[in-house]
Amino acid sequence: MPSQANTTGRQATAAPFAIELKGISKAFGPVQANKDISIAVPRGTIHGIIGENGAGKSTLMSILYGFYRADSGQILINGTPTAIPDSQSAIRAGIGMVFQHFKLVQNFTVLENVVLGAEEGALLAGSLSKARRVLADLSREYELDVDPDALIEDLSVGHQQRVEILKALYRQADILILDEPTGVLTPAEADHLFRILSGLRDQGKTVILITHKLREIMEATDHVSVMRRGTMVGTVKTSETSPEELAELMVGRKVLLEVDKGAANPGKTVLSVQDLRVRDEHGVERLKGVSFDIRAGEILGIAGVAGNGQSELLEALGGIATATGRVAMNGSDLPLSGPAANGQTRREAGIAHVPEDRQHLGLIMDFEAWENVAFGYHNAPEYQKNALLMDNDALRADTAAKMERFDVRPPIPTLAAKSFSGGNQQKIVVAREIERNPDLLLIGQPTRGVDIGAIEFIHKQIVALRDAGKAILLVSVELDEIMSLSDRIAVMFDGKIMGFRDPETTNERELGLLMAGVSEGAA
Amino acid sequence: MDYATLLQILDSTLRLGTPLLFACLAGLFSERAGIFDIGLEGKMLMAAMCSGAVAFLTGSVWLGLLAGIAGSMVFAALHGVASITFRGNQLISGVALNFLASGVTVLVAQRLFGQGGRTPPLAGDARFNEITLPLTEALRPVPILGPLYADVISGHALLVYVAILCVPLTWWVLYRTRFGLRLRAVGENPAAVDTAGVSVKGLRFAAVAITGLLCGLAGAYMATALQAGFGREMTAGRGYIALAALIFAKWRPWQALGACMLFGFFQALALRPDVVTAVVQVKIPVPFLDALPYILTVLVLAGFVGKAIPPRAGGEPYVKER
Repeated sequence: MPSQANTTGRQATAAPFAIELKGISKAFGPVQANKDISIAVPRGTIHGIIGENGAGKSTLMSILYGFYRADSGQILINGTPTAIPDSQSAIRAGIGMVFQHFKLVQNFTVLENVVLGAEEGALLAGSLSKARRVLADLSREYELDVDPDALIEDLSVGHQQRVEILKALYRQADILILDEPTGVLTPAEADHLFRILSGLRDQGKTVILITHKLREIMEATDHVSVMRRGTMVGTVKTSETSPEELAELMVGRKVLLEVDKGAANPGKTVLSVQDLRVRDEHGVERLKGVSFDIRAGEILGIAGVAGNGQSELLEALGGIATATGRVAMNGSDLPLSGPAANGQTRREAGIAHVPEDRQHLGLIMDFEAWENVAFGYHNAPEYQKNALLMDNDALRADTAAKMERFDVRPPIPTLAAKSFSGGNQQKIVVAREIERNPDLLLIGQPTRGVDIGAIEFIHKQIVALRDAGKAILLVSVELDEIMSLSDRIAVMFDGKIMGFRDPETTNERELGLLMAGVSEGAA
Repeated sequence: MDYATLLQILDSTLRLGTPLLFACLAGLFSERAGIFDIGLEGKMLMAAMCSGAVAFLTGSVWLGLLAGIAGSMVFAALHGVASITFRGNQLISGVALNFLASGVTVLVAQRLFGQGGRTPPLAGDARFNEITLPLTEALRPVPILGPLYADVISGHALLVYVAILCVPLTWWVLYRTRFGLRLRAVGENPAAVDTAGVSVKGLRFAAVAITGLLCGLAGAYMATALQAGFGREMTAGRGYIALAALIFAKWRPWQALGACMLFGFFQALALRPDVVTAVVQVKIPVPFLDALPYILTVLVLAGFVGKAIPPRAGGEPYVKER
C-alpha cells in the first residue's frame, strides 16, 4: 500500500509550498530506496526529515538536488513543476544543499570556495570582490561570521559548515537542505547552527533538516516527516508530537529511549590508571596526567567536548599511543611504550577495544565481515585448521553466529564491511570485542552515526557486560549517553579530569560547566 | 672558468631546459586537475616523430609543429578516455602509452624512411632557426650584460621564448581566471566542483588537452629545433625528469621554471666535461656527468626536497557519491 503524506497543514493548502514532492519512487536494482514519497514543505518553515540509516532520506534529497533522477513522480518548486536533472538545475531552482561530508576545497580560501562554480566572468578579480561584499552582508544578517581569507583547512568543522551555508546563500538559495548537520559539531556549535537556521527561517527561507537525532528535531523544527524503509510514514507538527512517538514511527515498534539498567554492583579493581600522560607527534602534551580506577561490574563514563584528551586516553590504554605513567590491569603493570605496548598484548591482558573511529581503526572497509571479525583474534586456536592454514569455514560460521546474536543486518558474513550501514558496522565491531569476554572493555563513541534501533541494542549489550561483572570505560561526546549508561562520570577538559560525578545526583548544567573547564572552586 | 664559458653553459641550459619546461607545465595542468600523467615521455616522443616526419616531407616546420601537437594530443585523448571516462588506473594508462609511443614511433619512421627508425636530417625551413633578438650587436659592447644578452638570451629558436612566456601565462590562468580556479579545485576535491554544478569530466578533459598541446610543443622542439630530426628514444627520459621537476616545484609554475632550468643546467654540464674538470680540479668520468640529471631526479623523487603535497584528488578517478 502506498502511504500518503499525512500533512497536518492540509487545511492551509492556500499557503504556497516551497517544495512539493508527489509520488517519488527510486530503485537501485532490486532495492526500492524510495517508494511513492509525497511531501509538502510550507514556505518559511524548518522541516525535519527523520528516519533510521537506510530509510531513504539521503536518496530523496539527492533526487531533489539533481544527483539522481527519480524513476517516477513529480517535483514542484513554489507550485511550479520543475525537472531537476543535475545540480546546476537545482541551484537555479533556488535549492542549496549542505552535505554531511562537506564539499569544500581544503587549500582554498573561504572566498574561493564560495565563488567556485558561481563566478561572474572568465576572470576572477571581479567575482572575488563581489563575493567579499555579499559575504560581509550575509555574515551580518545571519550570524555567519567567517574570515573570507582564511584557508578551509585552518577552520574548525563548525566554521567549515558555515562556509557551506554561505555557499548556498551566495547562490541565492531559498530552500536550504542540511544532511545530518550536527554529526560533527560540538553541542555549542550545534546550538549556534540552530540559531542560524531559525534566523534563515525568519527571513522567509525554507530549511529542510535531515537527521536521526530526535532531540534536534524537537528543538529546531516546525514540522517533521518520518521515513521508514523507503516510505513516508507520516508528517506531523513538531509541537504536537513527542520523541517517543517519533521513535516508534521511525522504527515501527516501541523503542526504549531510556537505558534500562539496575544498580551497579562493583567488585574488585580491574584497571588502575595513575598519572597517565600522552604527547602527540608534535610533542604537545594531550593527556596531562589522569588517574582513576575502574572496578569490576562498573561503567565509568568519560564526558567532554571532543578533542580534550579522550581519544588519547583510549589510544594509550588500547596500546595504540605511547604514554607515560602507570597502568595496572588486574594488579599487573601494562607496558606503555616500546614494542610490547600493542593491541595484541592488551588483548592478552583481557582488554577489548571498540575504537572511536570504527571506519579507520575498527574495520577494514573493503574486507568482508568474517575477515573483520577475525582481526586481532586471528591466532585464536578455534580459527586454525592446522599449523599452516586458517580455518576459513569455521571463521565464517562463527561470524554468522555472531551476526545472529548481534542482529547484524543483512547477516551475510561474505559482505564487505563498507556495504553495511553505520549501525551494523558498529555491531560487527562490538560483537568481535564483546564476544571475547574481556575483563575490561574500552568503548569510544559507541553510537556515533548509529541509528536509533541499533543504539538501543548496543546500549543493552554494554549494560549486560557490566552485569556480567566486567569493567567498562565509556567515552562519548553525547552527554545523554554518558548520563544514562554510566555508574560514575569523569569529565575531561584540556587533557585533565576536572572531576568525578554520580549520574544520579549531577545534572547537564553541572557537567557542561566542567566540560567547559570551569572547576568547582570557580563555579 | 671564464665568463664566455659560463655564458656558453647558460646558453645550453636554456636550450636543454626548454623541452623540460614545456613537459613540466604540461604535467602541471594535468596533475593540478587530478590526473597523474606518467606518459609525458610518450607524448613527447610521438610529437617528436610526427613533427620530424611531417617537417621533412613538407619542408615546413610549421606543418611539422602542427603534426607534432596533433600526435601528442591523440595520446592525451587516449589517456583521458582511459582515466576519465573509464576511470582506469592513471599510472597504468600512462606507462602503457609510453610503451606504445616507444614502439610506434620507430615503426612508423622506419616504414616511412627506412633509416633505422630515424627521420632524415632536417634543414632550412624544415627547422626552427635561431632568432637574433633586436639590438644584439648594438648592446654587445655593454660590459657583462651585453654578452649575456647576445649569447644567452638572444639566438634561440622561437619555441624557447614561447616556453618562457608559458610560465607567466600558466600562472595567470591558474590563479587569475575562472578556469584556473575550477581546474585547481577539481584536482583537490572534485565533489566540490560537481556539487557546484560544474562538469568534472569537462574540466579534466580540458586539462588533459592542454597537456597534449604542451607535450606536443616539447616534442616538436626536440626534433625540429634542439636537434635536426627525430631519432629513436630521443626524449631519453625527459618526460620523467619533467615529472621530477614538477614535484620539485611543488606543482607551481614559477618554481617549475627554476626546477627545469636546474635540470637543464646539469644536462648542459654533461656536455662540457672539460669545464667541470677545470672547476673541481678532479677528473670526473663523463658517464657520471651524463647521469647527473637522472641522479638528481632520483634524489628529488626520494623526497630530499622537503614535503611535496600533491593535489589531493590526484590519481583518483571521480565517482559521484550521494
